[in-house]
Amino acid sequence: MHILMKDIQKSFGQNQVLKNAQLDLRDGEVHALMGENGAGKSTLMNILTGVYTKDSGSVFVDDKEVTFKSAKEAEENGIVFIHQELNVLYDMTVEENLFINKELKGSFGFCRSKEMQEKAKEALALLGVSIPAKAVMSTLSVGQQQMVEICKGLMANARVIIMDEPTAALTETEANTLFEVIEGLREKGVSVIYISHRMEEIFQISDRITVMRDGEYIGTKDTKDTNMNELVKMMIGREIGERYPARQAKIGDVVLEVEGLGLDGVFDKISFNVRAGEVLGVGGLMGAGRTEIMHSIFGDVPYQRGKIRIRGKEVQIRKTSDAIKQGIGFITEDRKLEGLMLEKSIEENISLTNLDRMSHNTMINTKKEDALSQRGIKEFNIKCFGASMPAGNLSGGNQQKVVLAKWILKEPKILILDEPTRGVDIGAKKEIYNIINDLAGQGVAVIMISSELPELLGMSDRIMVVREGRVTGIISKEEANQENVMILATGGTLDENEK
Amino acid sequence: MKTKNRSVLDYVQEYGALIALILLVLVISVISPQFRTLNNFLSLLRQASINGFIAFGMTLVILTGGIDLSVGSTLGITAALCAGMVVNMGVPVPVAMIISLILGFLLGAVSGILITKGRLQPFIATLITMSVYRGITLIYTGGRPITGPANPEYVMGGVLEFFGKGSVVGIPFPVIMFVVIFIIYYLILNKTTMGRKIYAVGSNAKCAELAGISIHKVKLLIYSFSGLMAALSGLVLLSRLNSAQPTLGDGYEMDAIAAVALGGTSMNGGRGKITGTLIGILIIAILSNGLNILGVSSYYQDVIKGLVILVAVLSDKNR
Repeated sequence: MHILMKDIQKSFGQNQVLKNAQLDLRDGEVHALMGENGAGKSTLMNILTGVYTKDSGSVFVDDKEVTFKSAKEAEENGIVFIHQELNVLYDMTVEENLFINKELKGSFGFCRSKEMQEKAKEALALLGVSIPAKAVMSTLSVGQQQMVEICKGLMANARVIIMDEPTAALTETEANTLFEVIEGLREKGVSVIYISHRMEEIFQISDRITVMRDGEYIGTKDTKDTNMNELVKMMIGREIGERYPARQAKIGDVVLEVEGLGLDGVFDKISFNVRAGEVLGVGGLMGAGRTEIMHSIFGDVPYQRGKIRIRGKEVQIRKTSDAIKQGIGFITEDRKLEGLMLEKSIEENISLTNLDRMSHNTMINTKKEDALSQRGIKEFNIKCFGASMPAGNLSGGNQQKVVLAKWILKEPKILILDEPTRGVDIGAKKEIYNIINDLAGQGVAVIMISSELPELLGMSDRIMVVREGRVTGIISKEEANQENVMILATGGTLDENEK
Repeated sequence: MKTKNRSVLDYVQEYGALIALILLVLVISVISPQFRTLNNFLSLLRQASINGFIAFGMTLVILTGGIDLSVGSTLGITAALCAGMVVNMGVPVPVAMIISLILGFLLGAVSGILITKGRLQPFIATLITMSVYRGITLIYTGGRPITGPANPEYVMGGVLEFFGKGSVVGIPFPVIMFVVIFIIYYLILNKTTMGRKIYAVGSNAKCAELAGISIHKVKLLIYSFSGLMAALSGLVLLSRLNSAQPTLGDGYEMDAIAAVALGGTSMNGGRGKITGTLIGILIIAILSNGLNILGVSSYYQDVIKGLVILVAVLSDKNR
């Protein structure tokens, strides 16, 4: 299917989000759509699939002008949008999800379950994935759930599949499976529009790349004729410089020391330390237990065994307020589920961790609160229309800056960051790296979980690798490279000094 | 994204309940001269206070994403106990009243404990306490009303008499309490850290917990206060009726929830205002008062009440 979108304009209120956006999708190609958060990629795709109506401009499908009125109509015409937040029914089985609202019915309107299961199995096999049709969705991994959505699209005879940040929540292996599936789709003549911030995978799988900036079409390049620097320049309109800025931090004494931490069935024998001014990277596959270890140190899910020492003194952390009292801050993995109150203002979000500082005898001092949120917006360069704007209306990168502000303004001595740059565009990423460097410079001990290997290698002084709830190795910056981190993460051992 | 030029429609949506309230007052005032007297307004407010106390407590509960179905039963049990202590045991009236209030607080705390420590859903937990408290009331009273606790023959019976029927410079005492309690709730929700914590728990409980807020403590406290408010309401009602019916307060939870919903508070928690609840309370009170004066049958009143809630909620853009 050949799609051409031309001169698309779209405003929300007085806010013009698309001006002269365009896209030219060829039959059977993988077309990457790139741009910073808020560049208008998702809006453009929502217009294509009938979720939003365009203000002006035209959309041609196979040279025929069309305007879809709903996502359903787009789907009937072979265009399927797989959103970042998956659209699945978690308590129902794979087969039920695949046939939802399209159930095969026999006499008396009863469902023909056997037949549907057979067809579901066939479709999954055709996609080349092994997912049991009877499995309940919530028991599957995110990657598998995504496969089910793709499968659902194909069963509806999709000719174009749009994927928005599909690998954001996938493990390395799952991402590779996804790439194989995409390759298979291309061979079948299905076109894929692929939205992602991850340069490496864009170069791995795409045929062409279209870049957008501030709602405008910047250009389309053949993947083989372009490079990362050119794309970044197109996306942000300037050179970004060094991807991982250099850090001037003096590494001091041990601040946090963890010894033999364990929680039944989740992790065990976790021992490590972090020094003042140091960034300890934590690598490993998704589901290795990294997040759980940090939640435990923060008192969210208390550990059963082991000791935590802060500046040499043993402390008991049984609940989150214990950890906060010890000067620990925690920027969680999922800002929407755990980090932010989306419908509340930026100000209220920033205040939440700082209530004690802004209040006198429990009455909130509004002046102090205003000052704090203004400071947050300024210091963290949060792009917004004022502190009263709901956090949920910000772009991903700016949401993440609000989460950073609410914890860093509390002046923690130890800061844990779990995937701090997930779903964040390249410009905001660099700002976050600078913030981390500044903190280390001020003597904060930083722990950073990351699934992006280049980021882990670029930002950490030491890297601790976790696999199946155990620490499999701690490597210094000098020794670390992609291979040895992956080996430790996947179960191999290093030959030489490290174990 | 908000734009600066707001249309009339935006304002209607923002202040839908308030506009409905003003329209109601105007329309009924025009139709009925009896309605637009100062005396009627004061008695209307006194009537409103009974549902009002409960609705204020309920607002906090709903803001955390919960619900409290047990308030009507709590009202019944505390009123019956107060009357029983005075009439059957000769406990001085003020002491009995204070014990009732404390009991209301503790009964609310029981719901709170079931929800926090027992991990029951608020709907189920308070359905249980609702049923149990009503049952205990029936057992305690033997199904018969306990009459006359506010009679002068009992030690300081005048205190209870004054509680619901008395007035200060012409303003009924329950109305004064209503205003004071509204101000207290307003301050708690808007000016204190406790208010922020309540909103945070309802908005995103996980986020609140990770910010070091004890969700259990917040919930325990608001259910306890909901119970306290129900008991307070019970004392006003007891004073007005001078009799504790075993079914006293039956169904009161619904009027309270209706007032909160009318006021635009989200049943999912996190979003809503106490001023909205105040408007909701007044709308419900004016509806029944006005329709009574106009001689509308109470069967029709329920239908009209339902429709007014429907219109108010439909016009709420945040729904």
